[in-house]
Amino acid sequence: MLELYGTELSSRLLLGTAQYPSPAILADAVKASGTSVVTVSLRREMAGGRAGEQFWSLIRSLGARILPNTAGCLSVKEAVTTAKMAREVFGTNWIKLEVIGNHDTLQPDVFGLVEAARILCEDGFAVFPYTTDDLVVAERLLETGCKVLMPWCAPIGSALGPVNMTALRSMRGYFPGVPLIVDAGLGRPSHAATVMELGFDAVLLNTAVAKAAYPVGMARAFGKAVDAGREAFSSGMLEPREVAVPSTPMIGRAVFS
Amino acid sequence: MKLMVNGEAREIAATMLAELLAALDYEGDWLATAVNGDLVHKANRAEFQLSDGDRIEILSPMQGG
Repeated sequence: MLELYGTELSSRLLLGTAQYPSPAILADAVKASGTSVVTVSLRREMAGGRAGEQFWSLIRSLGARILPNTAGCLSVKEAVTTAKMAREVFGTNWIKLEVIGNHDTLQPDVFGLVEAARILCEDGFAVFPYTTDDLVVAERLLETGCKVLMPWCAPIGSALGPVNMTALRSMRGYFPGVPLIVDAGLGRPSHAATVMELGFDAVLLNTAVAKAAYPVGMARAFGKAVDAGREAFSSGMLEPREVAVPSTPMIGRAVFS
Repeated sequence: MKLMVNGEAREIAATMLAELLAALDYEGDWLATAVNGDLVHKANRAEFQLSDGDRIEILSPMQGG
């Protein structure tokens, strides 16, 4: 079973809550996926508005654990303050830490990320850093107190899937005891299965489900793919071979000429 | 007093953060507040004195990835 910051989770799929066609479809997708963790954010509330209340009420009804994010934060200060505000509103010390370094690629600012992670870990947060597949950055994040790493496999929302398998394989091999969650860039269930087969502990995705033609079906498909990939990894996969090897025994084969 | 509330310039009579929230019809325990970039805890809003030019952020739960 997956354990993150001392909490055991029944599912290895973490699901975002943004961009669904409707709140009802979001709720159905969460249930269909089997996820036990959903990500949420904080945004400005209109004067007299109730948007936040309605969404918060819906999320609480799902029974999933909450992972608030600092999406869109461009500086250490913004990310730290947003994390503290999220802790107060959502009543959890879990935070998906994003410090964005580039508007176009939404690439993490890894320097700011490490600095913000240090501040938040010292303040008692359980930090889930959205990072790249860079091993040195990963080392620094672990040094700050992060117990989980969340490398991208492609830019957020790109649906490209794992663009650098070598880097992901290397990261898995380099940090054997650290929970690694692939966050961002997954487009298809087969992408999720692929990174799970590499031995990643979980995946976090949003757009691939929310923007699918049928989000509920896609949520279910991702849930199955994550389970399949994990079970394959745990079951010892056959290494590829360059030559054919018959699967039917040759001994006892009839000879007709 | 001139304040920036969620990025909008406002002329507000309130002097305490809690008064500001009430004046603008904000209510609910799902709101989080920050003044000039720092969190102001819910429990401290009633005693938090606002100053001219303060930048106030009032946030609530929203969809996120």
